[in-house]
Amino acid sequence: MSKSFRDVLSQVKKEIRETTVHEVDRAITERRDFVLLDVREKEEWDEGHLPGATFLPRGFLEVKVEKTVPDKNTPIILYCAGGVRSALAAKSLQELGYSDVLSMAGGYGEWKNNGLPFEVPEKLTKNKLARYSRHLKIPEVGEAGQLKLLQSKVLLVGAGGLGSPAGVYLAASGVGTIGLLDSDVVDESNLQRQILHWSSSVGMPKVDSARRTLFEVNPEVKVRTHHTRMDASNVLDIMQEYDVVVSGSDNFATAYLVNDAAVLLRKPVLYGSIFRFDGQASTFVPYEGPCFRCLYPQATPPDLAPSCDEAGVLGVLPGVIGLIQATEAIKVLLKIGEPLVGRLLVYDALSMSFKTFKVRRDPNCATCGEDAHIDLEAIPEFVCASGVR
Amino acid sequence: MSVTVKIPTPLRPIAGGRAELNVEGATVGEVLNKVDAQHRGFAEKVLEGGSVRRFINVYVNEDNIRDHKELETPVKNGDTISILPSIAGGL
Repeated sequence: MSKSFRDVLSQVKKEIRETTVHEVDRAITERRDFVLLDVREKEEWDEGHLPGATFLPRGFLEVKVEKTVPDKNTPIILYCAGGVRSALAAKSLQELGYSDVLSMAGGYGEWKNNGLPFEVPEKLTKNKLARYSRHLKIPEVGEAGQLKLLQSKVLLVGAGGLGSPAGVYLAASGVGTIGLLDSDVVDESNLQRQILHWSSSVGMPKVDSARRTLFEVNPEVKVRTHHTRMDASNVLDIMQEYDVVVSGSDNFATAYLVNDAAVLLRKPVLYGSIFRFDGQASTFVPYEGPCFRCLYPQATPPDLAPSCDEAGVLGVLPGVIGLIQATEAIKVLLKIGEPLVGRLLVYDALSMSFKTFKVRRDPNCATCGEDAHIDLEAIPEFVCASGVR
Repeated sequence: MSVTVKIPTPLRPIAGGRAELNVEGATVGEVLNKVDAQHRGFAEKVLEGGSVRRFINVYVNEDNIRDHKELETPVKNGDTISILPSIAGGL
């Protein structure tokens, strides 16, 4: 005679070990070393789950568990809605050789009835799923990565040549908040390269012109404007609101100010600069790699730099460098790949070559070295070095 | 030892407009002095008081000579010396 489900379940429960919701709560609070697996279906998970749980529905359990938990001696706690599916799942894991498996009796229902904490996973709305579908197809980004970008705040120092491509693409990519800092107004000579600004923008503050463009690109992005020149008195207040900084200013004073403030606040800086056919880019993550001052302890003095009149730039050049900065921003925000930390990327448009050079942290760096003393007020003003205005 | 010296855009006017030069020398310092012998005033733009100016980095292939023996860093046949000044254009 075949057994009933009740018979099977009671037999399974004799062969596995169970734990209580309160014991699991203690294990989470005490940060014990174990893996918490939620074996329910996607709809149930989406309505709420235990903090720190990993979603592994029972239908895929045997297929995927060896990838999720490679070490079969890892302590595992399983739960479902009421403790039945997790009991059956525990039996399966034991059969696969897992040595320390517990099923949480009473499941998620019992957990919530006891008023224990739970998390509701954030979800992309239907229109965002469509807009960012090409990101969602990339495993390194995916829904979690897109949600992270939507929560991220990027400050663009300079809404000009480098800030333009960076801003347009970061907005399109769904970076949730973009800050624009620039004190300038749009000039006709900007239009050859600064794609945030259009012919109809001439005479407008750059931050307002840029806001208009970014709204057209992606109206869901929050754009904050700072129509001011960055100086020692405002840099920390402005910068602390953001996660990363795209440094695309036209002068050394601002580049060093951004660097020193970013080191103080421990904000990553995506650095870029351009001159005629040449571009440089690097990613400065404070104390993890070198900073701008490790690379160049001093600014090029005005008498040795090309004059403002000589400082032309090929219109498409900032497109390349600004997008390298934007790419680095996304990588740093999503913690993927190998950012340009400890490397200077040098682009030569005429020979069409990209080369990288090693940059080491300078133990004597005035900003991030062992005896560093950062004085934002002490950064000298450079009227015009090789900056392209 | 024949090495290639990459001249940065701002220094090309004093290097006869050339983007790169092929120069003989056993160390970076020797090579830069050879360039200076051909193009007077070149070394002064790159060096100050016997070392590289603080807004310029000189690399042998991928490596900054500051991390090696500064101007005494040896070079071998086929090496590339790149001179990279800080540039500040963004707008």
